[in-house]
Amino acid sequence: MANVAKRQFDAVIVGAGGAGMRAALQLSEAGLKTAVLSKVFPTRSHTVAAQGGISASLGNVQEDKWEWHMYDTVKGSDWLGDQDAIEFMCKTAPEAVIELEHFGMPFDRVESGRIYQRPFGGHTANFGEKPVQRACAAADRTGHALLHTLYQRNVRANTQFFVEWMALDLIRDADGDVVGVTALEMETGEVYVLHAKAVLFATGGAGRIYAASTNAFINTGDGLGMCARAGIPLEDMEFWQFHPTGVAGAGVLITEGVRGEGGILLNGNGERFMERYAPTLKDLAPRDFVSRCMALEVLEGRGAGKNKDHVLLKLDHLGPEVINHRLPSIREIAIKFAGVDPIKEPIPVIPTTHYQMGGIPTNYLGEVMVPKGDNPEVRVNGFYAAGECACASVHGANRLGTNSLLDLVVFGKSAGDSMIDFIKRERPVHKPLPENAADYSLSRIARLENQTGGEEVNDVRSAMQKTIQLRAGVFRNSENMALGVKEIAEVAERAKRTQIKDKSKVWNTARIEALELDNLIEAAVATMIAADARKESRGAHSHDDFQKRDDDNWMKHSLFFNHDRHLDYKPVHTKPLTVDYIPPKERTF
Amino acid sequence: MTYTQADKNRLRWRSRRGLLELDLVFELFLEHDFDQLTPAELDVYQDLLMLPDIDLLELVDGKTDTTDDRLVPILTRLRHWQVAKKQ
Ligand SMILES: Cc1cc2nc3c(=O)[nH]c(=O)nc-3n(C[C@H](O)[C@H](O)[C@H](O)COP(=O)(O)OP(=O)(O)OC[C@H]3O[C@@H](n4cnc5c(N)ncnc54)[C@H](O)[C@@H]3O)c2cc1C
Repeated sequence: MANVAKRQFDAVIVGAGGAGMRAALQLSEAGLKTAVLSKVFPTRSHTVAAQGGISASLGNVQEDKWEWHMYDTVKGSDWLGDQDAIEFMCKTAPEAVIELEHFGMPFDRVESGRIYQRPFGGHTANFGEKPVQRACAAADRTGHALLHTLYQRNVRANTQFFVEWMALDLIRDADGDVVGVTALEMETGEVYVLHAKAVLFATGGAGRIYAASTNAFINTGDGLGMCARAGIPLEDMEFWQFHPTGVAGAGVLITEGVRGEGGILLNGNGERFMERYAPTLKDLAPRDFVSRCMALEVLEGRGAGKNKDHVLLKLDHLGPEVINHRLPSIREIAIKFAGVDPIKEPIPVIPTTHYQMGGIPTNYLGEVMVPKGDNPEVRVNGFYAAGECACASVHGANRLGTNSLLDLVVFGKSAGDSMIDFIKRERPVHKPLPENAADYSLSRIARLENQTGGEEVNDVRSAMQKTIQLRAGVFRNSENMALGVKEIAEVAERAKRTQIKDKSKVWNTARIEALELDNLIEAAVATMIAADARKESRGAHSHDDFQKRDDDNWMKHSLFFNHDRHLDYKPVHTKPLTVDYIPPKERTF
Repeated sequence: MTYTQADKNRLRWRSRRGLLELDLVFELFLEHDFDQLTPAELDVYQDLLMLPDIDLLELVDGKTDTTDDRLVPILTRLRHWQVAKKQ
């Protein structure tokens, strides 16, 4: 192997957001030598953006049960979620949140001192009967508080952080087992091999494949790209959640908590249109449903504003007290990014790409599972994933708000436990690295260095974002998506010829962005092809030519394989761990 | 301190934040202002980037005011790049 330095750990975790740090804590506290890599300082991971809260049926404000939370999650997922994983998450939720409280996370409280819970879209009592307050929050800084709490605990537990390191590729041996990753240290520009007994990906989402996104620039789907290149399929990539209330034009998110606190949506005629579509839940119906209703209002000419291209989120009736006290940063966002003061005027909003439901296929233990022969789910030895980059699948075709932070801590912890178990029982010593462990990554970098007459990274990225925005947005139809498949293949060809002018070694941000683009492209191609193939409407995938959910033919997960861009499918898990199966029903609200 | 190109690139990378609201502002700042900063201003910028995202956003938003006079010129430039102005 070329001159590449190696370092050895029991566990290597790529990603220092909520999921990566929760897993790391489990491993470090078990005494394992654990490395966590992050492109940015851990507490600047995108988890910091979460404002709304984390769900758990604590029942502190109103009666609640985990079975109701499970029902809401299954229904929210439009019956694409795996019911064993959903049961596991909802049942574990109260314990996971109380654990965070014990770690020192500063939750809002009710007078008795218990954690305050606010209402949030899609959360109901008694199997859909009426809204319930289930979201636990630390003011509107829940994600920030979560990251800080977990970071402090990890420092105390001696987790080794590799900050401003970018993982490049997964290392698999001849058996297909995962034995490490290659990574670029930004400060030196050197590539390293990190040799591990077990590897976890917690790299977050790929929301930047869309032009209009609530996601920070860092969300480039690196874990997905690394998997795709290493022959691991990507699951359910056609399912992207559009958040109903992105500030029109900027993408910046207005949390659902605003509607939980009483904010309402109005069309251009001043009508509270959600009453028409969802008589019970109204503005608090699940995100995909609200997004589609908003898009319909605009399409049918009832939009607001000069171009009738958005709807309005009205808060003024809540009064300055509630707005300033419970929703302080929302007012700032509205003033800055929309130029309106919500104490006086409504905020212009449109559905904006927000969350990736699909990702690296895992089970509820965080183990990465791929098809082999007739078996749709065989464990990849030594490989785990958790958080937004993973598909457990608890969110199915549509995620419920506040279920993602829950997913991070529940599956971060369970993946950590699975890794501990695997290392103790099956991998007490490192499996040898393959001879050429770093060659592939080095060749990708060399290609970039030597490329002449190529494409600008920015141009290719914008072309990709435009294509995905236009062809795989809220409204989808056959003609549009077929075009999208063709166009994205062309963009992917261009991405193979990107070039950079700056050839310097250290802190070469141009190189980093080119490498990120390689990952974005994999996620974009998977999204477009999987979306085009799914001939039904389910959750966030709303197909104009197939407007109904088709359980007979399509209640199945898609798996996208990068090497020949083919799709395979695997069944949804219909057996919960202990309770009865929740059979499909039409989703009405 | 003096800043090499690599040092400047490091600050560019650290301008990547966890919040889209900040990315949108910093993107314009890096494009238009960053290369004109003096070493003394770069010192201040470096300190500013050490702040947690949420606190940084509050400063950039003008929601909290700083008592540190050194920060004011850079914050004024950052505040200038409000996204609403771009549209
Ligand atoms: C604006 C906004 C608000 C939200 N609000 C809520 C909410 O209220 N409740 C809720 O439940 N969910 C919310 N979500 C969703 C939720 O915040 C995310 O799904 C979740 O935080 C993702 O966490 P993660 O740990 O999977 O990844 P992230 O927090 O995105 O972290 C990814 C980590 O991976 C690292 N990384 C990535 N690639 C590499 C690489 N190649 N090498 C090294 N490191 C790498 C990054 O540096 C980072 O540390 C919100 C999302 C957004 C965008």
